[in-house]
Amino acid sequence: MSIQPQMPKVWRTETKPHKFCPGCGHPLVLKALGEAIEELGIQDKAVFGCDIGCSLLAWDFFNVDSVQTHHGRTTPVITGVKRANPDVIGIAYMGDGGGYAIGSQHLVNAAARNEKITVILVNNVQYAMTGGQMAPTTLPGQKTETTPYGRDVNAQGYPTLGPEMVSAITREGAYVARGTVANLRQLKRFIKNALQNQIEGNGFSFVEALSLCPTNWRTNAEQTWKFVEEDMAQYFKVGELKPLGEKKEG
Amino acid sequence: MAEKPIQGEKRAFMTGNEVVAWAALAAGADIMYGYPITPQNEIMHYWTRLAPKYGRSFLQTEDEISAGFTCVGGVLAGKRAFTATAGPGNTLMQESMSMAEMMRLPTVLVVCQRGGPSTATVIYSQQEVTMTCFGGNGEGFRIVYSTSGQQDLFDYTIKAFNTAWKYRFPTFVLGDGYQSKMRESVTIYDPEARGIKMVPTEPYVGKSGMPGVDRDPSHLRNTYNMEDELYEVVMEIKKEYERVAPEIVEYQEFDTEDAEVLVVAHGVVSRAVQGAVKALRKEGIKAGHFRPITLRPFPVEQLKAAAGKAKNVLIVESSVGQLEKIVKHSVYGLTTPITNYFKPGEGVTVEEVVEQVRRLV
Ligand SMILES: Cc1ncc(C[n+]2csc(CCOP(=O)(O)OP(=O)(O)O)c2C)c(N)n1
Ligand code: SF4
Repeated sequence: MSIQPQMPKVWRTETKPHKFCPGCGHPLVLKALGEAIEELGIQDKAVFGCDIGCSLLAWDFFNVDSVQTHHGRTTPVITGVKRANPDVIGIAYMGDGGGYAIGSQHLVNAAARNEKITVILVNNVQYAMTGGQMAPTTLPGQKTETTPYGRDVNAQGYPTLGPEMVSAITREGAYVARGTVANLRQLKRFIKNALQNQIEGNGFSFVEALSLCPTNWRTNAEQTWKFVEEDMAQYFKVGELKPLGEKKEG
Repeated sequence: MAEKPIQGEKRAFMTGNEVVAWAALAAGADIMYGYPITPQNEIMHYWTRLAPKYGRSFLQTEDEISAGFTCVGGVLAGKRAFTATAGPGNTLMQESMSMAEMMRLPTVLVVCQRGGPSTATVIYSQQEVTMTCFGGNGEGFRIVYSTSGQQDLFDYTIKAFNTAWKYRFPTFVLGDGYQSKMRESVTIYDPEARGIKMVPTEPYVGKSGMPGVDRDPSHLRNTYNMEDELYEVVMEIKKEYERVAPEIVEYQEFDTEDAEVLVVAHGVVSRAVQGAVKALRKEGIKAGHFRPITLRPFPVEQLKAAAGKAKNVLIVESSVGQLEKIVKHSVYGLTTPITNYFKPGEGVTVEEVVEQVRRLV
């Protein structure tokens, strides 16, 4: 008899195996999120919103009420839900294109208004679902379909530092962190903190997760991990920029 | 709980924007999401002054894209949520309304038409008909009430919430800058006092019980992988839309029975036409007027019947044929000649309509 690994109750087994490419980072982030929801006991209160991009493949991932929205619009949809029903725990899940390009005005303003929601943004340094174009987070020199000779910072600017930006525009009550799928335990802790922050009603919570996209990076297993652990980590510093409970201490 | 905003019935002398705010309150709207644009602003101004007294909420968003999508979120949470906009704001809101069309979300949007295209004037037009009826990518499965004045604004704002929640289609109240800003007499009332029961709302997400244990989780999406999968979804929406359309359709007829010239107009222009028909009848000219109240779904059969009896059809509107397109499409096959009088972004007077009709007889 084969032994099945224990899956959290939020895991919707009917929709597994999931639809992401093998080696994708999204399912790892979702696993961390699922465990965090389970451990915090908020499965019945959570409302999960996912964006356009590969995140949409998570529309039926959990045993959690979920809504898949438009590109960049998950933040306002979850804001609208939370404003109308403050008892829910609103989670907006999106890619770097959805959060830093087309939905940047929503991210900035939700953060500035200190909306009591949790935003989880998966940074895979390009637009994955549309086939690997440049994203706001694409690294200098990185080749993508729309920067075939590499991102030129003079022409296309520097990668967006999302948590740093959110950290700069939020005040007390916010939680901001950047984790990585290369350190899942830590990522889960950050996500848990971000949800805890909302449970406590403190304010806006934001976690960027450095993630993998071997399909569009055209990397093998070894190169994929090197890319996320070395190349991405140079630009995107992992850690808590605004820890939980800073308000109380400060 | 605070007492009712309106007890029984009351006469009032109000601007259209004020009327909309009172109507939304009376209808039990829970939350408004909004972004400033003229001529809609005072809906928010009145709402933000009145709403807290009755335990209702408001969110001023960063733009209309957000106002539309937060409104979608409010509806998903099971609240009577609404928003209001005009012109370029209406353009931005079409994105969220197409999501509402796909997911059958009872959003309510009050449109106070201004001049177009682009930013144009802040005053008035009937140039948002096409966008409000058919905006966004999709098929235009939505309900649009075109109001002609304060009483309509009150009645149809209340009705919009009920139509939306009963049939689960995005619902629009299509007013205009004249109605927004002018003051006129109106009877405002508590819907219950007139026997109007507000259709109860229910959440799409954040329902009670443990998802996956006591009940199925809600999994809502607007993205489909296969052509035939989407075909099924759209055809299902179409079928339902066509099934309920006859119950939703509304129109008014003025002296159409023996009319030789049938004037078709909607919204505030209809009032000029009503005045013209009265004047013309006094002169012995057999004029009649057909006013569609719902522009979507459109009273196709009723208009066909009225137009079929006339010798001439005249379409009068403050745009370059946005209503005409719908009318011509609706009466296709009819041989009655159709002429028009278009005044994009300008008001229409009784005298002008009289003159136009005289030219036809
Ligand atoms: C309004 C709109 N513009 C563009 C698209 C096309 N589109 C689909 S997915 C996507 C990119 C998503 O990239 P990202 O947000 O980084 O998420 P990822 O796929 O990398 O997870 C784009 C541009 C769309 N669906 N809607
Ligand atoms: S394209 Fe990239 S991000 Fe999308 S599912 Fe595949 S690996 Fe994951």
